[in-house]
Amino acid sequence: MSAETAQNARGSGGASLFSDQRFRSLFFQALVIGLLGAFLVFIVYNTAHNIEKRGIQTGFAFLDAAAGYDIAISPFMEYTATHTHGRVFLVGLFNTLLVSFLGIIAATFLGVFLGVLRLSPNWLVSRIVYCYVEFTRNVPLLLQILLWYAIFLALPSVKQSITMFNDIIILNKRGLVLPEPLPGDGFMLVPIALVVAIVASIFFARWAKKTQAATGKIYPVFMTNTAMIIGLPLLAFAVTGFPLDFAYAELKGFNFKGGVVIKPEFTALWFALSLYTAAFISETVRAGIQSVSHGQTEASEALGLRPSWTMRLIILPQALRVIIPPMTSQYLNLTKNSSLAVAIGYPDIVQSFGGVTLNQTGQAIEVIFITMLVYLTISLLISAFMNWYNNRVSLVER
Amino acid sequence: MSVTEQQYAPGEHPDLPPPLGEAGLIAWFKKRLFSSVGNTILTLVAVFFLYHVLSAIIFWTLTGATFTGETKADCDLGGACWLVIGDRFHQFMYGLYPTDQYWRPNLTFILMVVAIVPVLFDNIPHRGKFLLFSAIFPFIAFYLLSGGWGLETVDTDEWGGLLLTLVLGVTGIVASLPIGIVLALGRRSNMPIVRTLCVCFIEFIRGVPLITILFMASNMLPLFLPEGVNFDKLLRALIGVALFSSAYMAEVIRGGLQAIPKGQYEGADAMGLSYWQSMRLIILPQALRIVIPGIVNTFIGLYKDTTLVSIIGLFDLIGIGLVAVADVKWRGLAPETYAFIALLFFISCFAMSRYSLWLENKLHTGHKR
Repeated sequence: MSAETAQNARGSGGASLFSDQRFRSLFFQALVIGLLGAFLVFIVYNTAHNIEKRGIQTGFAFLDAAAGYDIAISPFMEYTATHTHGRVFLVGLFNTLLVSFLGIIAATFLGVFLGVLRLSPNWLVSRIVYCYVEFTRNVPLLLQILLWYAIFLALPSVKQSITMFNDIIILNKRGLVLPEPLPGDGFMLVPIALVVAIVASIFFARWAKKTQAATGKIYPVFMTNTAMIIGLPLLAFAVTGFPLDFAYAELKGFNFKGGVVIKPEFTALWFALSLYTAAFISETVRAGIQSVSHGQTEASEALGLRPSWTMRLIILPQALRVIIPPMTSQYLNLTKNSSLAVAIGYPDIVQSFGGVTLNQTGQAIEVIFITMLVYLTISLLISAFMNWYNNRVSLVER
Repeated sequence: MSVTEQQYAPGEHPDLPPPLGEAGLIAWFKKRLFSSVGNTILTLVAVFFLYHVLSAIIFWTLTGATFTGETKADCDLGGACWLVIGDRFHQFMYGLYPTDQYWRPNLTFILMVVAIVPVLFDNIPHRGKFLLFSAIFPFIAFYLLSGGWGLETVDTDEWGGLLLTLVLGVTGIVASLPIGIVLALGRRSNMPIVRTLCVCFIEFIRGVPLITILFMASNMLPLFLPEGVNFDKLLRALIGVALFSSAYMAEVIRGGLQAIPKGQYEGADAMGLSYWQSMRLIILPQALRIVIPGIVNTFIGLYKDTTLVSIIGLFDLIGIGLVAVADVKWRGLAPETYAFIALLFFISCFAMSRYSLWLENKLHTGHKR
């Protein structure tokens, strides 16, 4: 009897139907779906009952209702207590994005800097960075946010403000007051020039790379592009006749009027997020650079490449392959950790929309659903972008 | 060539000590601190920086700090005022746990150490018996802490401080390990529906911040339950923490499952083992062993993340700290309070990360250069 017929003989018997793998698989999946369905029905039934009993409204009509509370920080759009909860959502979303974006930038620069210092041949410097990293990583972020907030609140009061540069920059417990830029006629030319310079430098870099591959001639890409990106906006600024004024803050009554105020809530959150994430990034960078075998450095030196070229052309491209995946998760962590804003009252989406709006409307399900959706979307977007970048830098293997 | 120099046959010359500049302390200093002009400048800057930071820290924490006294007015040396810690030390440790019942958390803590040691180190004698104790420890701990059956009942509202932080951390890890294993196996399952469900759950949890999950647990969970059933605040937080950490645990364990060579799976199948037998006897023992450092690292993250429960109104270390800071008697002593809590966390987390490193080195036998 062949193996096939033996299997058929076994599979056809009704009693041993369960030993057929395909049937078993179908059975278990049906079971899982059934259990999950029952669980969902149970939850939905309970929820409907509870909502009815407690008189909680449902639906998304609350987004159009007046919020009735103030939000202290709304840099991108006008907001007063008469605006709707939908507006609160937008303000919160932009505040989350703002602190995450600035945090990612600061953490990346600081983290790469610390990671390189950690690898310094200088023992003392490497040890100092090590201590910093270990201390920062092993203390909860929430505590660090609270600590920075306490430090900023311990600054002098408005009357005894610390002033720098002849009262241009003012620092007190209510925040950092900077002069407000007032762009005049023709100032729009400056950002346009900046965009033009960036686009031009991308094209120049591509052209230079192609030319080098074809002819071997090397152009000073970095210097040219830096000069272009800084120079072109400056030129535009000068040509239009420096159309920029500043509104300086003045002490009127109990507080400063005019100028841009950077609130301590924002600064504390930004500092804590950047410093905390930088410690993790520095370890990532260190591990990445160390993962490139020393033979690569020696080989490139043997080829006669300059040390800076060795770093740029040999070490970094290989290190980036190792660095980028964990870096992505650090960026995601920073964005998610920005939700700890709720502890110090920085009005991000969790504090304003997920906190105050939830408490006022009582519509926990809708509010938490929207809030989670926002974070899921941000996570997916950052992952997608970093995956795209990762594919670009990863070496093509045979 | 000098006349007095003794002649040696080739290869017979005794070893000379290394030149003074190449070995010992001086060479080390030269090589690691002053090898070039740039390096020397870096060293000097670092020393300058270190001197200022260290002297400020030592002044604030020790020489300029006040250790004895009654009120905030006694703190006049310019440094930290540690009186607030002494005044509320019991709260930092036990929260509002009844004073005459302190022996119960203390005993639980000692038992916890006894239960954890055999899990962490595999070279202690009678490990099997101790592991049995570790398995039943959670039940003993629950009985000891919450009471009933002869012991005075202590409401979970009264648990707080370090006690609560440890309860959250340990429960989180104990609950998340089995859930994490199931999720990881589900994610690698051949059944498309099971796999999809596990992937969705894991990615969903990992995509949102813990605080939103805690909000969900504290605001939405009561709506999900039938009328009359009510979970207390701590249980709700624990459910949130366990769900959150199980998703991360699942990814760590999946890493271990993927690292097991395919031959092991095939070998188990060839032996005629069923799916669960092969997992229990062949795959999981190897996979879990590989990922213990990863599990410890997840635990460090979880342990730090438990502080978030202070936002939903539980009195863990930070919750107690916030109460202490808000106390009129000790107004303005936030840095002292936070520094104390930070120290507690640093000690435990640093110890855990050292353990994880030690374990990694122990497990990496022969694979590392």
